[in-house]
Amino acid sequence: MLWNTILLALRAIRRNILRSFLTVLGIVIGVAAVITMVTIGRGATVQVQQQIASMGSNMLMLVPGKRLGPGQSSGSAPFKISDADAIAKEIGSIVAVAPVSSQSVMAIFGNQNWTTQVTGTNNQYLKVTNRSIRGGREFSDSELRSGAAVCIIGETVRKKLFGGQGGLEEKIRLQKLSCDVIGLLEAKGQSSMGMDQDDIVVIPLSAFQRRISGNQDVSMIQLSVKQDASTEKAQSDIRTLMRERRHLSASDDDNFNVMDMKEIAKMLTGTTQLLTALLSAVAAVSLLVGGIGIMNIMLVSVTERIREIGVRLAIGALEYDVLMQFLVEAVVLSSLGGLIGIALATAGSFFAARLMQVPYIFNPGINVLAFLFSAAIGIIFGFFPARRAARLDPIDALRHE
Amino acid sequence: MNTGRRLIEFKGVRKVYGKGTASMQALRGVDLAIDEGEFVAIMGPSGSGKSTSMNILGCLDTPTSGLYSFKGVDVGKLDRTQRALLRRYYQGFVFQGFNLLNRTSALENVELPLIYRGTQARQRREQALNALETVGLKGWESHTPGELSGGQQQRVAIARAIVTKPAVLLADEPTGNLDTARSREIMELLNTLNSTDGITIIMITHEPDMAAYAKRVIHFRDGLVETDKQNGRAD
Ligand SMILES: Nc1ncnc2c1ncn2[C@@H]1O[C@H](COP(=O)(O)OP(=O)(O)OP(=O)(O)O)[C@@H](O)[C@H]1O
Ligand SMILES: [Mg+2]
Repeated sequence: MLWNTILLALRAIRRNILRSFLTVLGIVIGVAAVITMVTIGRGATVQVQQQIASMGSNMLMLVPGKRLGPGQSSGSAPFKISDADAIAKEIGSIVAVAPVSSQSVMAIFGNQNWTTQVTGTNNQYLKVTNRSIRGGREFSDSELRSGAAVCIIGETVRKKLFGGQGGLEEKIRLQKLSCDVIGLLEAKGQSSMGMDQDDIVVIPLSAFQRRISGNQDVSMIQLSVKQDASTEKAQSDIRTLMRERRHLSASDDDNFNVMDMKEIAKMLTGTTQLLTALLSAVAAVSLLVGGIGIMNIMLVSVTERIREIGVRLAIGALEYDVLMQFLVEAVVLSSLGGLIGIALATAGSFFAARLMQVPYIFNPGINVLAFLFSAAIGIIFGFFPARRAARLDPIDALRHE
Repeated sequence: MNTGRRLIEFKGVRKVYGKGTASMQALRGVDLAIDEGEFVAIMGPSGSGKSTSMNILGCLDTPTSGLYSFKGVDVGKLDRTQRALLRRYYQGFVFQGFNLLNRTSALENVELPLIYRGTQARQRREQALNALETVGLKGWESHTPGELSGGQQQRVAIARAIVTKPAVLLADEPTGNLDTARSREIMELLNTLNSTDGITIIMITHEPDMAAYAKRVIHFRDGLVETDKQNGRAD
């Protein structure tokens, strides 16, 4: 009986194929959009997590500002080099401390130029961020102390300025600073959020402060905790030390934040998730609009078929039979829309993932959910028109027009 | 071949359309009794209440007052669903304007009442093919009403009404749109269904020639039964 009803529904849908297609377009777009958003969002999140895992779990990041929530912080006084020195000296469980300041600067070599991220820091930076030198050397102690005009460049910068060949021993210009390339960084590829980690020039912090930023500020401090030491303990030690150094009284909130990898991951994925949620909400609205479209067309369909309904009721159909007929038609219609949407989303998210260079992860859960949701839309928005058909008086329906 | 058991009874059946001064009495107290196995023709001038009576007999409409009992059951006490079930299992209705489903094959039109009876697909097909053969439409199964002549459509409508082997066949002007030769074919068919299958037949007609096939003729006038006579025709 149900099978008969489904066949009947398919036939009714095929009879008005163009109208049916236009009707389910809202559902198709809604389903495709939701699935694509969630799939891409998931891929981005997984990518962030993988990247963070590759950085090692023992990294801490000290940033100025109150913590507000994922991906947010408010401005506060920056740090000084002395803060980094104090942490290195006083906290035993820390093995590497890298004070970091960076700024976007145009690098010039000959007639080539390329705007890149110039980072002022020390040799510890490489250790903390899990990077290595593949050619040349690190900074020497005297270069760091005196703020010598030397730099270590990332692979992207090398490609842009030197065409991927050489670069070592050359002189490049960063604003007013003309510096020698003494080292080449091992390529690391793209980071979470699509940032190119090889688009970087590292120079001694004192050189950065004097020649690039023109102040003594350190915008953040990156740290490595001893392999077997507790990160929680290190975090709380740093917090106590920094509260003291920043002269905070017991009633003041922290105006800095010590994040471990988990929190950094949360911060990075938080933005992605917020965006995914927002876009999914938009997509959900289009599903709602699609549902209303289905209701509208089902009402039209019932009106067009009043005589047919009359005949069915007159020859022995019960209210329930007619209700089911139209309800099934609405559900079949919306489910077909859902299926088309799923097919579209599979192709769409596969290519979008490629384009955005995030991993494509097929998510069966969201597909099943989207399908069930589209079927549910058929039930919800098909019910009213179906009930209207079922409640028709057979004699009135037969007399209709 | 009157088995004598009472099938249908009308007692003081009234039907009023509209309200107040605009109201219109279509039936004004009809008394009627029809037994199982009868073949009854209902005649009368236009507007005399024939179709109104037929719709009440077919449980499609309800009387304003009066009693209608079918197989001893007071139909007035049945709810909408029970009346639908009564139609489904005991009655076959041939409408004045065929009322076939468009763009649906003759076979599927005839299968329709069986679907609601829950008959299995194979049996359904077999019975529908038989019914179509009975009305002389073998070979026309896959044609839609639009591809059939008026007489053929009328026969599909009859096939749909008899496919369930109902207790009673209610036919509102089954020959209204047909020429004499076609009309006679239909009458012969109804006659066979009545005498061979024992189906009670109640038929509305305007033509005395067609009424002559029935064993009993009831005349309506102004919402009342005017005459009710057994036909002299022997068989
Ligand atoms: N739905 C309705 N609303 C109002 N009046 C109606 C309705 N149906 C029928 N009538 C009136 O009731 C009276 C009887 O109608 P009915 O259809 O029973 O006549 P009939 O005997 O079948 O006529 P015909 O031979 O023309 O088919 C007519 O005067 C008609 O105008
Ligand atoms: Mg009539």
